[in-house]
Amino acid sequence: MIKEKEVQQVTEVTVRFAGDSGDGMQLTGSQFSETTAIFGNDLSTLPDYPAEIRAPTGTVYGVSGYQLHFSSADIHTPGDRPDILVAMNPAAIKKNIGELKPGAMIIANMDSFDRKNLQLAKYETNPLEDNSLKGYDVYPVPISHLTAKALEGTKLSPKDVARCKNFFALGIMYWLYNRPLEPTLKWIKDKFKNKPEFIDANSKALTAGYNYGENTELFTIRYHVEPAKLPKGIYRSISGNEATALGFLAASVKSGLPLFLGSYPITPASEILQYLSYYKNFGVKTFQAEDEIAGITSAIGAAYAGNLALTTTSGPGLALKTEAVGLAVMTELPLVIVDVQRGGPSTGLPTKTEQADLLQAIYGRNGESPVAVIAAATPSDCFTMALEAARIAIKFMTPVILLTDGYLGNGSEPWKVPNVKDLPDIPVKFRTEKEGFAPYLRDENLARPWVKPGTPGLEHRVGGLEKANITGNVSYDADNHDLMINLREQKVKGIAKDIPLLDVDGDQSGELLVLGWGGTYGAIKEAVIKARENGYKVSQAHLKYLNPFPSNTEMVLKSFKKVLIPEINLGQLAKLIRSEFLIPVEQFNVVRGLPFRVSDIENKISEMLGGSSNGK
Amino acid sequence: MGNNGMEIKEIKLTAKDFSSDQDVRWCPGCGDYSILAQVQRSFPDIIGVKKENIVWISGIGCSSRFPYYMNTYGYHTIHGRAPAIATGVKVSRPELSVWVAAGDGDLLSIGGNHFIHACRKNIDLKILLFNNRIYGLTKGQYSPTSEKGKKTKTSPYGSVDNPFNPSALALGSGATFVGRALDGDAKHLQMMIKRAAEHKGTAFLEIFQNCVIFNDGAFDKLTDKKTRDENVLYLEHGKPMIFGANKDKGIILSSGKPEVVEIGEGKHRVEDLIVHDENDESFLIGTLLSHMTDNPNMPTPVGVFRQVIMPTLDAEIADQVEQITKIKGEGDLEKVLFNGNTWSVN
Repeated sequence: MIKEKEVQQVTEVTVRFAGDSGDGMQLTGSQFSETTAIFGNDLSTLPDYPAEIRAPTGTVYGVSGYQLHFSSADIHTPGDRPDILVAMNPAAIKKNIGELKPGAMIIANMDSFDRKNLQLAKYETNPLEDNSLKGYDVYPVPISHLTAKALEGTKLSPKDVARCKNFFALGIMYWLYNRPLEPTLKWIKDKFKNKPEFIDANSKALTAGYNYGENTELFTIRYHVEPAKLPKGIYRSISGNEATALGFLAASVKSGLPLFLGSYPITPASEILQYLSYYKNFGVKTFQAEDEIAGITSAIGAAYAGNLALTTTSGPGLALKTEAVGLAVMTELPLVIVDVQRGGPSTGLPTKTEQADLLQAIYGRNGESPVAVIAAATPSDCFTMALEAARIAIKFMTPVILLTDGYLGNGSEPWKVPNVKDLPDIPVKFRTEKEGFAPYLRDENLARPWVKPGTPGLEHRVGGLEKANITGNVSYDADNHDLMINLREQKVKGIAKDIPLLDVDGDQSGELLVLGWGGTYGAIKEAVIKARENGYKVSQAHLKYLNPFPSNTEMVLKSFKKVLIPEINLGQLAKLIRSEFLIPVEQFNVVRGLPFRVSDIENKISEMLGGSSNGK
Repeated sequence: MGNNGMEIKEIKLTAKDFSSDQDVRWCPGCGDYSILAQVQRSFPDIIGVKKENIVWISGIGCSSRFPYYMNTYGYHTIHGRAPAIATGVKVSRPELSVWVAAGDGDLLSIGGNHFIHACRKNIDLKILLFNNRIYGLTKGQYSPTSEKGKKTKTSPYGSVDNPFNPSALALGSGATFVGRALDGDAKHLQMMIKRAAEHKGTAFLEIFQNCVIFNDGAFDKLTDKKTRDENVLYLEHGKPMIFGANKDKGIILSSGKPEVVEIGEGKHRVEDLIVHDENDESFLIGTLLSHMTDNPNMPTPVGVFRQVIMPTLDAEIADQVEQITKIKGEGDLEKVLFNGNTWSVN
């Protein structure tokens, strides 16, 4: 009889799964997340994979990782440094060892530590044996061997058997963190419903991994993380890209407009097109265009024709769409452009995250070409901001750029699912009245009328040449151009009246405000909380509306002696704030293709407040 | 008059109804005037399409001003993108009749990608190519259809570029309707506009259009009364390929190649000639005709090169929406939002 193992209560854990791009690490990670979410922990995830689909096996650059931070308390980031690494090969250790917490636990598939793999990972000796991992809590497990043993007698080929090893590893982790197997068993059933032999094999591997944890003498402690105390409601785990897709689906329902998405596949935005292509029974039409330009121009055609029109892309795609955005500005059509930002410039880091498209979004066009720019703060916030983008576009007859990023798009978190009836309606008014019609008349928001082709008697022409005020005829008149330039600018500036004020978390005035935008919300929030715990007086504000800024932005910023702006770029928001408000701000920029480490921001806060009697 | 019980009949529109209030600003003598006039004259005869359901989309170039002069819905967009914008209009609103007006630079140079993909996808668009073989609006540079050796502002020693053959390109891209007309032959042009309008699918109509300023006379041989009969082959479905002022020349297939022959006593018989088959699915006749264009020994064919009926992208997308809705039932947002693994916090 094996003695009962000790259960240790912990409040939070950061786990990282790492292995070859073909080892199924993204799947393993997302299953662990899903189960953890259902278990009731708060969580945040960070998939981190190479741009190559199947990079050469065993190499360090081919390592695919999935990090997950879960807790019994409120959390906001995928975690700075893992407490535990599941390493499916030597390269996974090589790549990740520098990022682990001191004393972190490592579960390694010892079967893959053969000469070939060690060489590929550029290890001269086996790190599991040469004492180089001293200081870590290392558990070598013959995962491949045990998986094969568990699957003895199946009809699967040895290659297919080997591919089940990630489920064995997942089983160990479920045991270690006391998670139920049922959600993953159910998932396996659905996923392989046409391949019963795979249902059987993967389920067996998962269960065998769990039982191994239970029975082996290797592990003496298992951990328990209590469910988090989240606000009441029904929850699901959601990624930013799925939330974005659902947000536009909701906008279509709430506006009564059919949704048209013109898009060209691009990492890390393709998933939005993939998700939306499923919802045909909502009348959604997705058009996979021949290129980025046709993606946006087809959407412009759909906007002109009276649809809720959308195009989705990442930075290089936004660059290609530039001229067309200008056309939508000139012809004042409602259009939403989603940019899931990735590392740049050029092709850059396709699978990594960055915030360096802000200035491109606001200014990156020829001429004076104002558009509304908004940004989501967390994966689930993508849903809210997608609805906002659609609402603003329609109400103000303007293109809106919604910025998310690779981290938000791929990362997931628990989402308190809203009730459809609680979502605000998006009013739409098509002009049908002939009397007094002119294409460039303006309403109280300076928006021009939206006329659907097919409306009798309102036949009219629009285009990219400068428009005469009101009539919309082509005009080369000097004063008219000046007037129209200003009208377009005023219209977009006027959106400030229609958006929420900038909220301050913490003291409303004082020594230091940390101002952020976009996907850094969680990291900044956690850093500010920790700094406060250490006695610093620091407040946080997060901009979700970048053009125009909320109307109280200047007032908020001027209520603090110092303003710190952390960004994953070289200071693009800082530049905007300085030029708009003449406020000297301190910038903090780390551009590694990864989310901020909370500790980096925390250090910066304490550096700025260090020794200050007001600050502490 | 209004209340005397008279039956109200739908009034047939005239060319004037399609004319907008904008002054036409092309150069005097430009071939575009004729094309505009023939479109306005033929549109009242297009059955089943209401004026308010017609949309003209254009890109950039002289001919792209076209929508401003049509009293229909119109959108003058950006260089090369008209087919893509038109695609968005048509796919999202299949009930509209969507027309593209484009020049050779617009459609085949900067917009070449959108053009071939529109043809490939068989989107129900009517694409009129105003082919004058020159860049007009930028004042006289060679275009992707300019003949090799042409001297222009950017090719003072003669262009070294090989030109596109637009109808061959359209055929190669899978266009389901490929035809050609001349700006100078009003009646035939009107007939071709109506043929394009009636086609369900991408209809590509190349119109040879004279640029009086930068490429004047480029098509004189085909439009001048004295020379045209000897140089133009008018295609008629099911009829042998005959041309010439005295209808005494024809096209035969000799060892798989087209050849001009004389017909009559002691010469070739009419029965020897190729009989035009617009609906030839093999691409053989269409391709043969498209490559006769720049052959100095051959007449230039005008008319319908090829017309086949295939499902259109816009209809297939709409069908799929309908079919999936039938199977899954109308979308329920609540269900989708709460889909998957949910859990409850009390």
